[in-house]
Amino acid sequence: MAAVLEAKDVCKSFGAVVAADNITLSVNEREIVGIIGANGAGKTTFVNMVTGYLKPDGGSIRHRGHDITRLAPRLIARLGVCRSFQIPQIFTKLSVFDNLLVALVIAERRDRHFFRAVRRAATVADAERILESYGIAGYRDQIAGTLPQGVRKLLDIAMATVGEPGLILLDEPTSGISVDEKFQVMDTLMAALKRCGSTILFVEHDMEIVERYAGRVAAFYEGRIIADGAPAAVLTDPDVRQYVVGAELHRRAETREASRC
Amino acid sequence: MSFAKDKTLIGLALAIPALLAAGAILPDWLRFLLQVSLASGLAALGVTLQMRAGLVSFGQGLYFCLGGYAAGMAGHFLGVTDAFVLLALGVLVPSAVAVLLGFLMARYREIFFAMLSLAFSMILYGILVKAEALGSTDGFNLPKATFLGYAPSGAALRFATYALTCVAAVTVAMALHRYLTSPMGFIGEAIRENELRVEYLGTSPRTIVHVKYVIAAAVSGVGGALAALSVGHIDPDMAYWTTSGNFVFVALLSGTGSVAAPLIGAFLLELVRIYAVEYSPYTWQMILGATMLLVILFLPGGLWSLVARRGRGA
Amino acid sequence: MLTSVAIVFDGLVYASWLFTVSVGLTLIYGVMKILNIAHGSLYALGAYAAAYLVGAYLGGGYPPLFSYLVLLAAAIAVGAFFGVLIERGILRLMYGRDEVLMVLVTYAVFLVLEDAVKVIFGVDPYFASQPYGLLGTVDVLGLPYPVYDFGLIALALLAGIGVWWGLNRTRRGKLLTAVIHDREMSVAFGINVTAVFLVTFIIGSMLGALGGAFTAPKVSVVPGIGVEVIVLAFAVVVIGGLGSIGGAMIGALIVGLARAAAVHLLPQAELFVIYGVMSLVLAFRPHGLFARPATRKI
Repeated sequence: MAAVLEAKDVCKSFGAVVAADNITLSVNEREIVGIIGANGAGKTTFVNMVTGYLKPDGGSIRHRGHDITRLAPRLIARLGVCRSFQIPQIFTKLSVFDNLLVALVIAERRDRHFFRAVRRAATVADAERILESYGIAGYRDQIAGTLPQGVRKLLDIAMATVGEPGLILLDEPTSGISVDEKFQVMDTLMAALKRCGSTILFVEHDMEIVERYAGRVAAFYEGRIIADGAPAAVLTDPDVRQYVVGAELHRRAETREASRC
Repeated sequence: MSFAKDKTLIGLALAIPALLAAGAILPDWLRFLLQVSLASGLAALGVTLQMRAGLVSFGQGLYFCLGGYAAGMAGHFLGVTDAFVLLALGVLVPSAVAVLLGFLMARYREIFFAMLSLAFSMILYGILVKAEALGSTDGFNLPKATFLGYAPSGAALRFATYALTCVAAVTVAMALHRYLTSPMGFIGEAIRENELRVEYLGTSPRTIVHVKYVIAAAVSGVGGALAALSVGHIDPDMAYWTTSGNFVFVALLSGTGSVAAPLIGAFLLELVRIYAVEYSPYTWQMILGATMLLVILFLPGGLWSLVARRGRGA
Repeated sequence: MLTSVAIVFDGLVYASWLFTVSVGLTLIYGVMKILNIAHGSLYALGAYAAAYLVGAYLGGGYPPLFSYLVLLAAAIAVGAFFGVLIERGILRLMYGRDEVLMVLVTYAVFLVLEDAVKVIFGVDPYFASQPYGLLGTVDVLGLPYPVYDFGLIALALLAGIGVWWGLNRTRRGKLLTAVIHDREMSVAFGINVTAVFLVTFIIGSMLGALGGAFTAPKVSVVPGIGVEVIVLAFAVVVIGGLGSIGGAMIGALIVGLARAAAVHLLPQAELFVIYGVMSLVLAFRPHGLFARPATRKI
């Protein structure tokens, strides 16, 4: 069975800036991979190339054997590779419910239909179900533009998962969410995603989140992957500590640990 | 939503007998005004349709004029007099052009779309003005219309074209309403809100915009053909920027809420224009412009459909 | 051979006209991100004011040689007056709003001004041809060209270099174009955004009026000359990329030469040439030849 995502020697440069330097990454069924790295390391560029926003200068990206390197974003989404955004991309003047309806109508391939109502019973039921599983049913009729940040993120991710994609890429799912809310948000969305059996790739700056939810971690630095493996191993890797996590931070954590014993 | 439950459709359906009855009672000049404004109201409807996708068309006169000239040329040069055939031409010719132009236009938004639409309408104007065979700035007349063999004249003819205009305009409005409440129309609204998101959900905004562009052209073309039949004459002014400006004005003021609004708005505008032009012939554009400014500055709520677009990444 | 010379010179003359009428439009867009559709009206007002003032001036028996200064004065006066009126009176209330709303606002102003022209100057044509013929003609390989036209080329070059220099070579100018699209950022840099917008709009308006004023001696000034200009100016500016002065110059050159070629070789195509070039460029570079690179949105 071909890997869910297979990136081989992916390269991308913007003038003199090398955003991706022969990136090779293989993700298997149901893996949960955390992507970490400092700003400008190339994480979002990678996600953008996988989802079609950017086209790599070289290399290939395959999804279950299918070459998606040069496909348009909408075709990639249709193949079951969806993404959420760092800044939630929602329909701000529509209600939360209608936001999901839009996603459902497109996922059901009814966007070119002239006949049959928008609000079919089956579609409405699906929307209600998704609202429940993401815990935002209480916001059902609220206009999306007025939502708090955490709920916006959930809505953005919910819309991306409507079609039960095989592979979902989350771009900084907890950025902008307060400390006390972030675990709640992650618990909810991880549970919902596990239910549809998706493979998950998420970009994160928050190491606590990465530690807790990722089954595997890939660390980026200057367009290259410098470490790829189990979270414990990667997060204590000396290169990763130097370029990503920060030796200082880790030392402070160790001192805290030591003083507690 | 089924026909029986949709209030707008019922309202529009009832409008047909109401308009026909009115046509029998109203004085000639008022009935004629109603007729002509229904035709230009359709073009304004085309503009509102595109506004719902966040696009402002300053050159809808292009398709209004193409519809009129398609009907006119078939009548004048090919001797076709059947009103239904002429109407069909008024749909087909503008649609065909819109399918082609749409490949370019559907890629653009905002400023580019607005200015390109203006440019193309002025190109048509330029072509028609220079076309000696088509009468240049004078245009030409249409022969008397016939209706599937029935060839009335005098008052009967006038009423027949009036009836045709009413039925056609209301039918088009009803079809458009159906479109707007369909899944395709629904996604069109979403495109205005956040085009990027729609792309990443798995469909092509450009194609949907292209379709909308063609539908707007077809609707405007019907308006143009009806105008040609009603007045019995066409000239290049139908493509001039001031004609398009009138459509934009009506569209802006009537808003995008209801398909009937532009039709009613066009009628009211014509009514006002008659008196305005009598008092001060050179200030019509000024009045329109000033009113537009007032509406934009002080009633932005009425223009929510344009302001509603946010989806540019933040 | 002669045709080629004619094409080159006709092309240059037309290109300089195109550039002069377009540079104000691209300047205002480049700094303020507003497409000023009323630019066409400024052109018309400049033309009318120039024709009227020159008529009055020459009618008063003053030395004809200084009529050129009258043209310039007309342009400056019109640009200043209407520039201030439009920017302070209307645009100021709309900053920060949706781009489409801004387009509608300038369109509405255009509607108002088109009629204003008729109200102020009437609908009969104005003529002010004396300045055109005053400097005589010069022979270029046997073809007579009015010296005035060469003056127009010089004017276009001056305007172009002046604006380009101000934006790209002065410290203030460079800072301006870099941050002006973000008002908060600009204010944080200590830039008086209000003043900058006003001055830019006035200069842009003056340039538009300048185009009209110096064209007045060559044509009959009638209502409606404004609308042709805005469509043409947009096409030229789009070819070069909105906001790019150099782009507008190149766009004007391409269109000018193409049109001259059409006039001499295939007259029926004259109308289409400019739109044909525009469509061709847009097909390969959807936002013009030198458009600003798009920033990453997500």
